[in-house]
Amino acid sequence: MRFFYYPGCSLEATAREYDHSARSVCRNLEIELAESKDWCCCGATSAHSLNHLLSIALPARNIALAQEAGADIVAPCSACFNHLKRADKTLRENEKVRREVEEIVEFKYTGAINIYSLLEALVNIYGLEQIAARVKKPLNGLKVACYYGCMLVRPPEITNFDRPENPVTMDQLMSRLGAEPKLWSYKTECCGAHQGIVNEKFTTRLVNTLLEMAVEAGAQALVTSCPLCQANIEMRRNRTCTLPSFYFTELMEIALGVPVQKIWFKKHLINPLPLLESLSLVG
Amino acid sequence: MINLTNLDHEFSSLVKEKSGQSIELCFQCQKCASGCPMGELTDYYPHQIIRMVQFGMRERVLQSKAIWLCLSCEACSVRCPNEIKIPAVMDVLRAMAETKTSGREKNAPVFHKIFLNSIKSSGRVHEAVMMVKYKLKTGDLFSDIPLGLRMFRKGKLPLISKGVKNKREIKKIFNRVEQKYSE
Ligand code: SF4
Ligand code: SF4
Repeated sequence: MRFFYYPGCSLEATAREYDHSARSVCRNLEIELAESKDWCCCGATSAHSLNHLLSIALPARNIALAQEAGADIVAPCSACFNHLKRADKTLRENEKVRREVEEIVEFKYTGAINIYSLLEALVNIYGLEQIAARVKKPLNGLKVACYYGCMLVRPPEITNFDRPENPVTMDQLMSRLGAEPKLWSYKTECCGAHQGIVNEKFTTRLVNTLLEMAVEAGAQALVTSCPLCQANIEMRRNRTCTLPSFYFTELMEIALGVPVQKIWFKKHLINPLPLLESLSLVG
Repeated sequence: MINLTNLDHEFSSLVKEKSGQSIELCFQCQKCASGCPMGELTDYYPHQIIRMVQFGMRERVLQSKAIWLCLSCEACSVRCPNEIKIPAVMDVLRAMAETKTSGREKNAPVFHKIFLNSIKSSGRVHEAVMMVKYKLKTGDLFSDIPLGLRMFRKGKLPLISKGVKNKREIKKIFNRVEQKYSE
């Protein structure tokens, strides 16, 4: 199995542990990741906030690179996934914009490339059963609240993945890895997104509510699939709350028996090691 | 109170056309507002923005904080019984309000511009450099220094980033997009 890996800007900086664990999981599952050194930013919220055409042109340039590599795109970051997929839908359905963008980016859109989030690629394409068969160290005793955020599941006509209000893919994955996913109703509430930088107080209110609800549901940790969610959850919260948050790939690494280095967990702003050690999940 | 002399009906049709949304269908059920994470924390709920667009209250809408605080979370669009994509409307309103200096939200427009400039110059967003520029520009220098230092020590804010190889190509894309807009 082979994908075109699109890390996105955050995975080079604040989300380095996501990049590391994503690659490590794929290596372990023998999934080949084709790469290009030349990928550019997807434009994120800023492009679609100020300039619609740019919000199609930047992703289009990355789709062009995947076309050259001849592989479907896999994007770990939920926001990148959403922006790539949104641009792809416009290129597919709006001929006028497609022509404009083809001129701007100097490529010919073929429509042959699919775009997946990493979660979708692993669970729905590689397969839950195949993953379950490779579990060496089940995450016994770990109670988690799976947090999907907005970008992975909404709007459904763009993302075309799971359910927009009550998604279950990550919960199913966690339960096959041996963890216990808790039922809770804040799976797809917004984390505050880019307002984490612009309006900290506002974001802190949203994150605190999320954390309270996860604790109330009996979770010992949150599981995320997005660098923006993870950053807000770790940074914008009451100092007294120590509930850790993991990228889902970090927990996959442990369950698949990859020898994990503690140094990567030390990159978290909220230290997850006491929890992992109390359950003997890291040595 | 609505001042009837200030209504701009062209504004309403322009927003409708640019966003491709049937704004006139909104019947103020407030389903969008009930699940909106930003509504209670800012000046207007999304249904109020839509109502003001319907009425042509151009200035009030473009000066609002709400258009900049909207998170594009799409909770509203999934729930709207009339399938109005409010985030698409918000995008159009932000683009229209961008050059306004009298708007009530100062920080968000600055953030988006710095973000895009960062892409324009290196093809990617260098998080550390972008944060510093943003903090300098908004004068909010000290709020996040301890946090920034912790991140830096954890190796999460590398100071050097290579960016894309072909930087000229990125500039070309930006220039062409700008050209298309001015046409
Ligand atoms: S949910 Fe739709 S119809 Fe109802 S108030 Fe909001 S925009 Fe209007
Ligand atoms: S997209 Fe904007 S208006 Fe709609 S629910 Fe989210 S924050 Fe509110």
